[in-house]
Amino acid sequence: MTIQTMDIPWLSIIVFLPLLGSLLLLLLRGEKLLKSTAIVVSLLTFAVSLVLFFTWTAGEAGMQFQEIIPWYPELGINYHVGVDGVSLVLVLLTTFLMPLVLLFSWEGVHDKLKAYLVLMLLLETAMLGVFVALDLVLFFVFFEASLIPMYFLVGRWGGPRRIYAALKFFIFTAFGSAFLLAGIIALGFLYKEQTGQLSFDLLKLTEVGVPLGAQTWLFFAFALAFAIKVPIFPFHTWLPDAHVEAPTGGSVILAGVLLKMGTYGFVRFSLPLFPEPTMKYAPIFIVLAIVGILYGALVALAQKDLKKLVAYSSVAHLGFVMLGIFTLELQGLSGAVLQMVNHGLSTGALFLLVGFIYERRHTRMLDDFGGLWKIMPIFAAFALITFMSSAGLPGLNGFVGEFTILTGAMKYGPAAAIFGTLGIILAAWYLLWAFTKTFYGKLDNPANQQLKDLNLREIVIMVPLVLMFLVVGLFPNLFLDKINPSTEALLIQVKGSAAVTQDAGNLAPATAQVEVR
Amino acid sequence: MLNYAWLIFVPPLIALLINIFLGRRLGRTISGWLGALAVGLSFVVAVGLYLSLYGLPVEERSVTVVLWDWITIGSFHPQIALLIDPLSVLMALVVTGVGFLIHIYSVQYMKEDDEHHDLDVRRYVRYFVYVNFFIVAMLILVLANNFVMLYMGWEGVGLASFLLISFWFYKPSARDAGKKAFLVNRIGDFGMALAIFLIFVSVGAVAGSLAYKDVFAAVAANPALLAGVAGAITLLLLLAATGKSAQIPLWVWLPDAMEGPTPVSALIHAATMVTAGVYLIVRTSPLFELAGNTLTLVAWIGGLTALMGATIALTKTDLKRILAYSTISQLGYMFLAVGSGAYAAGMFHLTTHALFKACLFLGAGSVMHAMHGELDINKMGGLRHKMRSTYWTFLIAAATLAGFPIVTGGFWSKDAVLIGAAANGEWILYVIGLFTALLTAIYSFKMVFVVFWGKPRDQRLYDQAHESPRLMTWPLWILAILSIVVSYLFLPEFLPKVGGLLAGWLEPAVAHGAEEAHITVGLEIALLVASIIVSLTGTYLAYRFYVQKPESVVSLRERLSFFHKLADNGYYFDAAYDWLRNGLWVIARWLSETFDAGIIDRAVNGIARGTGAVGAWTARLQTGLVGTYALTLFVGLVVVLGYFLLTALLK
Repeated sequence: MTIQTMDIPWLSIIVFLPLLGSLLLLLLRGEKLLKSTAIVVSLLTFAVSLVLFFTWTAGEAGMQFQEIIPWYPELGINYHVGVDGVSLVLVLLTTFLMPLVLLFSWEGVHDKLKAYLVLMLLLETAMLGVFVALDLVLFFVFFEASLIPMYFLVGRWGGPRRIYAALKFFIFTAFGSAFLLAGIIALGFLYKEQTGQLSFDLLKLTEVGVPLGAQTWLFFAFALAFAIKVPIFPFHTWLPDAHVEAPTGGSVILAGVLLKMGTYGFVRFSLPLFPEPTMKYAPIFIVLAIVGILYGALVALAQKDLKKLVAYSSVAHLGFVMLGIFTLELQGLSGAVLQMVNHGLSTGALFLLVGFIYERRHTRMLDDFGGLWKIMPIFAAFALITFMSSAGLPGLNGFVGEFTILTGAMKYGPAAAIFGTLGIILAAWYLLWAFTKTFYGKLDNPANQQLKDLNLREIVIMVPLVLMFLVVGLFPNLFLDKINPSTEALLIQVKGSAAVTQDAGNLAPATAQVEVR
Repeated sequence: MLNYAWLIFVPPLIALLINIFLGRRLGRTISGWLGALAVGLSFVVAVGLYLSLYGLPVEERSVTVVLWDWITIGSFHPQIALLIDPLSVLMALVVTGVGFLIHIYSVQYMKEDDEHHDLDVRRYVRYFVYVNFFIVAMLILVLANNFVMLYMGWEGVGLASFLLISFWFYKPSARDAGKKAFLVNRIGDFGMALAIFLIFVSVGAVAGSLAYKDVFAAVAANPALLAGVAGAITLLLLLAATGKSAQIPLWVWLPDAMEGPTPVSALIHAATMVTAGVYLIVRTSPLFELAGNTLTLVAWIGGLTALMGATIALTKTDLKRILAYSTISQLGYMFLAVGSGAYAAGMFHLTTHALFKACLFLGAGSVMHAMHGELDINKMGGLRHKMRSTYWTFLIAAATLAGFPIVTGGFWSKDAVLIGAAANGEWILYVIGLFTALLTAIYSFKMVFVVFWGKPRDQRLYDQAHESPRLMTWPLWILAILSIVVSYLFLPEFLPKVGGLLAGWLEPAVAHGAEEAHITVGLEIALLVASIIVSLTGTYLAYRFYVQKPESVVSLRERLSFFHKLADNGYYFDAAYDWLRNGLWVIARWLSETFDAGIIDRAVNGIARGTGAVGAWTARLQTGLVGTYALTLFVGLVVVLGYFLLTALLK
């Protein structure tokens, strides 16, 4: 892997711009100034992150834009960041969503506005840090750091049961993180046993390889932390609570980006560090993923609260991502990475839509709505596209991820594909149910008669999302070109090159040798 | 010319974008004509494609136009690319041609939407956005060169169908019908998706792509590739086809789809979208040829659906519902044809059906306008005196549906289907098809006689009835004339010179099926005579039942009350659908309320509480040892925990 000596530390700029922005906010006064500054900072971050996209070295599987600065040299801990195709798209997703979320908060939040904006920007730094960190300790710091702003966002600006939800979210995830930390420390010392020096650097750890005997328990320690974060069934119950109570901006970020830390963790760390147990225990995760897909969809169907419905749909959608990852097939894994982005876009948009209506009516109960199309046609049109994107309509983003994941699933085994595909029927059902219940039928609730359609600010929020639905749906190769080399390299690390290069056709169940050097 | 085939998408795309953003300002007339003329331009392109293709030698009549690489992951790399061959061009001609006429009709029809007379321009504009979108999606479906892009069109037309069925979304019945259509179709899509995955896994590596050509070439070179999965793949494709084309067991959505505006019923739920299943089977015929059992199943599903659809149509008195069940029945004929390997006959019937059924639906729409939205044929009668154009065109189209001998296209195409079944040796299916033809003739002329003949049954409605404006009657005439003229393009092969034109045209695009096993000309003529007798008998029976002795219908109905009830309830397929749906609802509720909240979440919170309790207990053990420090800790812990627990429990 070539370490690029770029003159400009692009990644650090991207990661810490929001942090600097939040410091700047502390000095400012006045609602408008605060809000516009926050938005400008997030837009700037997005603009800089586009540099990565446009100067990307095509076909390169390894880490690009790397930076290494010693942090605690005596402990072998470095500030080591870099991005490959997998992290690139998640960085872009994060920087893309943040300005939209802040724009949404232009009118929604008045109470302690400054604190809210500061926390949002801090959260952005933490999330970006998670996706670029290549040192496990650094990763852990960002991983944990992201908890704190979210805890306060839910706990301070949330709904009536916010304290309960925030605490549940915090304790649940922190519980998983404890295992993650133990695992990271163990990895460092195992490395020391093999090489004589301490290191937490992902690339070094991968190169040397984790001793086979330790892989299994480490795999499960990592997996527990990530599984809670995703969340995988049956660790999902914090998610609906957190979503229902979180303010809209928080929900968008939570669903759009935070959950991806779990799935990203599996791809970034579990696969290359613990190939043996990954292959051995993949069936468990496949089954849990499928249970999540069907279970999330069915439970979503029974929801009366629109936001809860979207929350459970996340469980189902992330089930697809997990399914794709653990098929350990190129189509499945690349599809899963793309699906992380898609879920961020679609579900983010769904939560924004719920936010629009909640701000107007202060209710999210499906029974309170009906016939809204008549008075809110623009809102309805955006909702229709977003629901279709979430339901995986070809031509829009969701389809590309889902379809390729399921292609991978068919390679893994027909049962995985059949049950996974059942999920797309159910997805159509609950989404259509929610859509028709809200927008179709008679406008008979007097409280809805005077609702105003989306205003310009709200339209401006939705348009970039819809454009991205179309771009990813019609030209997914813009992103897949960058994802594929990295996912292919990852699979070679897991299964050996022989099994991956002939990625198509009647691939016999992977009997690849795992190279442990 | 062929390289510019993509131009066919451009006019409707531009029109729908203009209408989305500016439609309200343009007003009804302009936005309507914009939508209609766009489809007209697409038709012109389709004709251009036909002519360019015709100019090529037969073996070169299959051209792929690649637009861009769509999704590339390893060996999975479907493109956005068009396949221009006789089959796709025929479909494109039907879609844009019939579509154009229906669009013109709609320009007027949607203005006179009496039942919902509010002055909402937006709804009018929205209608044209939807139908233009439908045309685009349908063209994607038929012009795609690979399975994944086919799926894109397949789902796209499903969305258009949903939107248009529930066009009057404030009506709960329309809302539910739209939802039902989308969901039942998704069951079919489930089959389609799995079929594509299976094709990719079993053939993709060898074929190198998911393009039809490559897949079929790979399979032809080495049929062993599909050993063991040919049955599964074709069954899954068949599931998809039954969903879109409303065959057993997934037909339940189509009758309800009549909630949509009548031109939509004509365009989507009669002429074009519902034939996508037939197109799918013809397109993938090289795969079906490898799975003889599935092909037989296709034929049986078609035959039985034809019979059941026709019997239900006989029992209905709602004009649009009669037509809907008739469509199901006629689609059954097409399935019967392709299942017998008579692909050209299936496509022939698809084409004639598109013309005469569109004409019938549009005629029904014209009647509906005249009758202020009334659809019950028992309240009509004598309308031929008031609506001459509608009457004559409806009569021609109904005669075509009834297979009125020699002069109508429907006669020849239905005969081609039946001969196909006979040539395949499926004599039971032949008899079923022939019997269905009898029923078809009866219900076709039942509509004509009850609606247009006799005396008005509701004088008030009759007095207000009027002929529709020319913008609506002209498309009717064109469709009616075409449904007669078209037959001469498709005469059977044994007639010299004029025979077998369609079969010859389609030759390069479809597999060579059992159709090749010709029956003797003598037998074919005998079967032709049988068809003539059956059609005329049906017409006579309809005349006897509905003109001469209307009371005999009642006594007949009583004598056959069991069958009547069975058919009138759609053989309880709807009941089964509702039962299945409610069952899933019960499961969903149980999972959500009992399992998720009651078991999983309680377990999680229980563990949290348990941990707190253990902590508290250990803390108390140590009070004596560490003294006040630990006591403070304990109190603090209890207070904090208690606070959170209380807030959790109270709220």
